[in-house]
Amino acid sequence: MSQAADVSIVFWILSFVILVCGFLVVSLKNIFHCALCLVLCLTAVAGIYILLGAEFLAAAQVLIYVGAVSVLMIFAVMLTSNLASHKIVQTNQNTMTAFFACLVFALGAVVLIGGTKVWRYATDVLPAENVLTIGKLLMTEFMLPFEVVSVLLLAAIIGAIVLAREEGS
Amino acid sequence: MFHYLTLAALLFSIGLFGVITRRNTIGILMSLELMFNAVNINFVTFNRYIMTDGLTGQIFAIFIVVVAAAEATVGLAIVLLVYRNWRGIDSDNYAVMKW
Repeated sequence: MSQAADVSIVFWILSFVILVCGFLVVSLKNIFHCALCLVLCLTAVAGIYILLGAEFLAAAQVLIYVGAVSVLMIFAVMLTSNLASHKIVQTNQNTMTAFFACLVFALGAVVLIGGTKVWRYATDVLPAENVLTIGKLLMTEFMLPFEVVSVLLLAAIIGAIVLAREEGS
Repeated sequence: MFHYLTLAALLFSIGLFGVITRRNTIGILMSLELMFNAVNINFVTFNRYIMTDGLTGQIFAIFIVVVAAAEATVGLAIVLLVYRNWRGIDSDNYAVMKW
Protein backbone atom coordinates (compact mmCIF):
# COMPACT_ATOMS: atom_id res chain seq x y z
CA MET A 1 0.00 0.00 0.00
CA SER A 2 1.70 3.16 -1.13
CA GLN A 3 1.76 6.18 1.10
CA ALA A 4 0.95 8.88 -1.39
CA ALA A 5 -1.96 7.18 -3.10
CA ASP A 6 -4.53 7.59 -0.38
CA VAL A 7 -3.77 11.19 0.58
CA SER A 8 -6.39 13.20 -1.22
CA ILE A 9 -7.07 16.90 -1.43
CA VAL A 10 -9.66 16.35 1.32
CA PHE A 11 -6.91 15.31 3.69
CA TRP A 12 -4.94 18.47 3.00
CA ILE A 13 -7.97 20.70 3.54
CA LEU A 14 -8.90 18.90 6.76
CA SER A 15 -5.39 18.96 8.17
CA PHE A 16 -5.04 22.64 7.28
CA VAL A 17 -8.27 23.37 9.17
CA ILE A 18 -7.18 21.20 12.11
CA LEU A 19 -3.76 22.78 12.48
CA VAL A 20 -4.89 26.38 11.98
CA CYS A 21 -7.81 25.99 14.38
CA GLY A 22 -5.64 24.12 16.85
CA PHE A 23 -3.13 26.94 16.79
CA LEU A 24 -5.92 29.48 17.26
CA VAL A 25 -7.24 27.48 20.22
CA VAL A 26 -3.95 27.84 22.04
CA SER A 27 -3.12 31.38 20.95
CA LEU A 28 -6.29 33.50 20.86
CA LYS A 29 -6.82 35.99 23.65
CA ASN A 30 -10.56 35.61 23.96
CA ILE A 31 -11.32 32.25 25.52
CA PHE A 32 -14.77 32.17 23.97
CA HIS A 33 -13.28 32.40 20.46
CA CYS A 34 -10.94 29.59 21.48
CA ALA A 35 -13.94 27.41 22.27
CA LEU A 36 -15.48 28.15 18.87
CA CYS A 37 -12.22 27.29 17.10
CA LEU A 38 -12.11 24.07 19.12
CA VAL A 39 -15.52 23.12 17.70
CA LEU A 40 -14.25 23.59 14.14
CA CYS A 41 -11.04 21.69 14.88
CA LEU A 42 -12.93 18.72 16.37
CA THR A 43 -15.32 18.61 13.41
CA ALA A 44 -12.36 18.44 11.04
CA VAL A 45 -10.91 15.60 13.12
CA ALA A 46 -14.21 13.75 12.58
CA GLY A 47 -13.59 14.18 8.83
CA ILE A 48 -10.14 12.63 9.26
CA TYR A 49 -11.77 9.64 10.98
CA ILE A 50 -14.07 9.16 7.99
CA LEU A 51 -11.05 9.25 5.67
CA LEU A 52 -9.51 6.51 7.81
CA GLY A 53 -12.61 4.33 7.61
CA ALA A 54 -13.83 4.86 11.18
CA GLU A 55 -17.39 5.97 10.56
CA PHE A 56 -18.71 5.14 14.00
CA LEU A 57 -15.90 7.02 15.68
CA ALA A 58 -16.58 10.02 13.45
CA ALA A 59 -20.24 10.02 14.47
CA ALA A 60 -19.29 9.61 18.12
CA GLN A 61 -16.80 12.45 17.75
CA VAL A 62 -19.48 14.78 16.39
CA LEU A 63 -21.98 13.74 19.06
CA ILE A 64 -19.68 13.73 22.08
CA TYR A 65 -17.04 16.33 21.32
CA VAL A 66 -18.82 18.78 19.05
CA GLY A 67 -22.19 18.26 20.71
CA ALA A 68 -21.42 17.78 24.37
CA VAL A 69 -17.88 18.66 25.41
CA SER A 70 -17.73 21.91 23.44
CA VAL A 71 -21.10 23.03 24.80
CA LEU A 72 -19.81 22.22 28.26
CA MET A 73 -16.72 24.33 27.60
CA ILE A 74 -18.80 27.23 26.30
CA PHE A 75 -21.08 26.98 29.33
CA ALA A 76 -18.08 27.09 31.63
CA VAL A 77 -16.72 30.13 29.77
CA MET A 78 -20.05 31.89 30.14
CA LEU A 79 -20.49 30.97 33.81
CA THR A 80 -17.06 32.40 34.59
CA SER A 81 -18.13 35.48 32.70
CA ASN A 82 -15.81 38.40 33.17
CA LEU A 83 -12.77 36.30 32.29
CA ALA A 84 -13.41 36.20 28.54
CA SER A 85 -12.24 39.75 27.86
CA HIS A 86 -9.18 40.84 25.94
CA LYS A 87 -7.63 42.66 28.85
CA ILE A 88 -6.64 39.60 30.81
CA VAL A 89 -3.28 38.08 29.99
CA GLN A 90 -4.03 34.51 29.00
CA THR A 91 -0.53 33.10 28.96
CA ASN A 92 2.17 32.74 31.54
CA GLN A 93 5.87 33.58 31.30
CA ASN A 94 6.85 30.28 29.70
CA THR A 95 5.67 31.14 26.20
CA MET A 96 9.01 31.25 24.37
CA THR A 97 10.45 28.29 26.25
CA ALA A 98 7.31 26.27 25.65
CA PHE A 99 7.29 27.24 21.99
CA PHE A 100 10.81 25.98 21.40
CA ALA A 101 10.24 22.86 23.49
CA CYS A 102 7.13 21.99 21.49
CA LEU A 103 8.91 22.83 18.23
CA VAL A 104 11.71 20.45 19.14
CA PHE A 105 9.16 17.80 20.13
CA ALA A 106 7.24 18.18 16.87
CA LEU A 107 10.39 18.11 14.72
CA GLY A 108 11.69 15.08 16.59
CA ALA A 109 8.40 13.25 16.17
CA VAL A 110 8.21 14.06 12.45
CA VAL A 111 11.82 12.99 11.87
CA LEU A 112 11.15 9.78 13.79
CA ILE A 113 7.97 9.04 11.82
CA GLY A 114 9.58 9.88 8.50
CA GLY A 115 12.72 7.92 9.28
CA THR A 116 10.93 4.71 10.14
CA LYS A 117 10.93 2.51 7.07
CA VAL A 118 9.97 -0.81 8.59
CA TRP A 119 6.23 -0.41 9.06
CA ARG A 120 4.67 -3.81 8.53
CA TYR A 121 1.74 -2.72 6.42
CA ALA A 122 -1.30 -4.91 6.63
CA THR A 123 -2.37 -6.55 3.41
CA ASP A 124 -6.07 -6.89 4.15
CA VAL A 125 -8.56 -4.08 4.61
CA LEU A 126 -10.79 -3.12 7.51
CA PRO A 127 -14.11 -4.94 8.03
CA ALA A 128 -16.72 -3.44 5.75
CA GLU A 129 -19.52 -2.96 8.28
CA ASN A 130 -17.81 -0.64 10.72
CA VAL A 131 -20.69 -0.02 13.11
CA LEU A 132 -21.77 -3.67 13.10
CA THR A 133 -18.28 -4.91 13.92
CA ILE A 134 -17.77 -2.37 16.69
CA GLY A 135 -21.12 -3.28 18.25
CA LYS A 136 -20.28 -6.97 18.19
CA LEU A 137 -16.82 -6.40 19.65
CA LEU A 138 -18.16 -4.16 22.43
CA MET A 139 -20.67 -6.82 23.42
CA THR A 140 -18.24 -9.75 23.29
CA GLU A 141 -14.52 -9.19 23.47
CA PHE A 142 -14.56 -5.76 25.11
CA MET A 143 -17.50 -6.38 27.43
CA LEU A 144 -15.62 -5.75 30.67
CA PRO A 145 -13.95 -2.45 29.65
CA PHE A 146 -17.28 -1.33 28.26
CA GLU A 147 -19.01 -1.87 31.62
CA VAL A 148 -16.11 -0.35 33.54
CA VAL A 149 -16.20 2.76 31.41
CA SER A 150 -19.94 3.14 31.96
CA VAL A 151 -19.38 2.98 35.71
CA LEU A 152 -16.67 5.61 35.25
CA LEU A 153 -19.11 7.86 33.39
CA LEU A 154 -21.69 7.44 36.15
CA ALA A 155 -19.09 8.31 38.77
CA ALA A 156 -18.05 11.36 36.74
CA ILE A 157 -21.65 12.58 36.45
CA ILE A 158 -22.29 12.18 40.19
CA GLY A 159 -18.94 13.74 41.02
CA ALA A 160 -19.60 16.74 38.78
CA ILE A 161 -23.03 17.28 40.36
CA VAL A 162 -21.63 17.02 43.88
CA LEU A 163 -18.78 19.42 43.06
CA ALA A 164 -20.77 22.04 41.19
CA ARG A 165 -23.77 22.11 43.53
CA GLU A 166 -24.34 25.28 45.53
CA GLU A 167 -23.40 24.97 49.18
CA GLY A 168 -26.33 24.39 51.51
CA SER A 169 -28.89 23.70 48.83
CA MET B 1 0.20 6.85 6.79
CA PHE B 2 3.16 9.21 7.22
CA HIS B 3 0.82 12.16 6.65
CA TYR B 4 -1.69 11.10 9.27
CA LEU B 5 0.98 10.41 11.88
CA THR B 6 2.61 13.76 11.15
CA LEU B 7 -0.72 15.54 11.50
CA ALA B 8 -1.26 13.82 14.85
CA ALA B 9 2.24 14.73 16.04
CA LEU B 10 1.77 18.39 15.09
CA LEU B 11 -1.65 18.53 16.75
CA PHE B 12 -0.20 16.95 19.88
CA SER B 13 2.59 19.54 19.94
CA ILE B 14 0.08 22.37 19.60
CA GLY B 15 -1.94 20.94 22.48
CA LEU B 16 1.19 20.54 24.57
CA PHE B 17 2.10 24.16 23.90
CA GLY B 18 -1.36 25.22 25.04
CA VAL B 19 -1.21 23.15 28.21
CA ILE B 20 2.14 24.66 29.17
CA THR B 21 1.40 28.28 28.35
CA ARG B 22 -2.26 28.79 29.23
CA ARG B 23 -3.14 30.46 32.49
CA ASN B 24 -6.86 29.97 32.19
CA THR B 25 -7.89 26.51 33.36
CA ILE B 26 -10.58 26.21 30.70
CA GLY B 27 -7.89 26.94 28.10
CA ILE B 28 -5.78 24.14 29.57
CA LEU B 29 -8.73 21.75 29.33
CA MET B 30 -9.29 22.74 25.68
CA SER B 31 -5.64 22.08 24.86
CA LEU B 32 -5.97 18.70 26.58
CA GLU B 33 -8.85 17.87 24.24
CA LEU B 34 -6.57 18.66 21.30
CA MET B 35 -3.97 16.23 22.66
CA PHE B 36 -6.61 13.51 23.14
CA ASN B 37 -7.67 13.96 19.54
CA ALA B 38 -4.10 13.67 18.31
CA VAL B 39 -3.76 10.38 20.18
CA ASN B 40 -7.04 9.16 18.72
CA ILE B 41 -5.89 9.95 15.19
CA ASN B 42 -2.80 7.85 15.86
CA PHE B 43 -4.86 4.91 17.09
CA VAL B 44 -7.20 4.99 14.11
CA THR B 45 -4.30 5.37 11.67
CA PHE B 46 -2.49 2.33 13.04
CA ASN B 47 -5.75 0.43 13.03
CA ARG B 48 -6.21 1.31 9.37
CA TYR B 49 -2.72 0.56 8.09
CA ILE B 50 -0.98 -1.84 10.45
CA MET B 51 -3.52 -4.02 12.25
CA THR B 52 -6.61 -4.35 10.17
CA ASP B 53 -7.87 -7.62 11.63
CA GLY B 54 -10.41 -6.39 14.13
CA LEU B 55 -11.09 -2.84 15.20
CA THR B 56 -9.06 -2.72 18.41
CA GLY B 57 -7.63 0.70 17.66
CA GLN B 58 -11.01 2.25 17.00
CA ILE B 59 -12.50 0.72 20.14
CA PHE B 60 -9.58 2.03 22.16
CA ALA B 61 -10.20 5.46 20.62
CA ILE B 62 -13.86 5.25 21.65
CA PHE B 63 -12.82 4.53 25.22
CA ILE B 64 -10.46 7.49 25.10
CA VAL B 65 -13.33 9.72 23.94
CA VAL B 66 -15.50 8.52 26.82
CA VAL B 67 -12.77 9.02 29.40
CA ALA B 68 -12.03 12.46 27.96
CA ALA B 69 -15.69 13.39 28.29
CA ALA B 70 -15.69 12.27 31.92
CA GLU B 71 -12.48 14.21 32.53
CA ALA B 72 -13.93 17.36 30.95
CA THR B 73 -17.08 17.07 33.08
CA VAL B 74 -15.25 16.74 36.38
CA GLY B 75 -12.61 19.27 35.35
CA LEU B 76 -15.16 21.93 34.50
CA ALA B 77 -17.04 21.26 37.74
CA ILE B 78 -13.80 21.87 39.62
CA VAL B 79 -13.25 25.03 37.56
CA LEU B 80 -16.68 26.33 38.54
CA LEU B 81 -15.98 25.53 42.19
CA VAL B 82 -12.65 27.35 42.08
CA TYR B 83 -14.29 30.32 40.36
CA ARG B 84 -16.95 30.47 43.05
CA ASN B 85 -14.37 30.55 45.82
CA TRP B 86 -11.63 32.71 44.32
CA ARG B 87 -13.39 34.71 41.58
CA GLY B 88 -10.78 33.56 39.09
CA ILE B 89 -9.79 30.39 37.30
CA ASP B 90 -6.11 30.99 36.63
CA SER B 91 -3.98 28.03 37.49
CA ASP B 92 -2.29 30.22 40.12
CA ASN B 93 -5.47 29.87 42.15
CA TYR B 94 -4.74 26.19 42.60
CA ALA B 95 -1.53 26.97 44.45
CA VAL B 96 -3.54 26.82 47.66
CA MET B 97 -3.82 23.08 47.14
CA LYS B 98 -0.07 22.74 47.67
CA TRP B 99 1.30 21.98 51.09
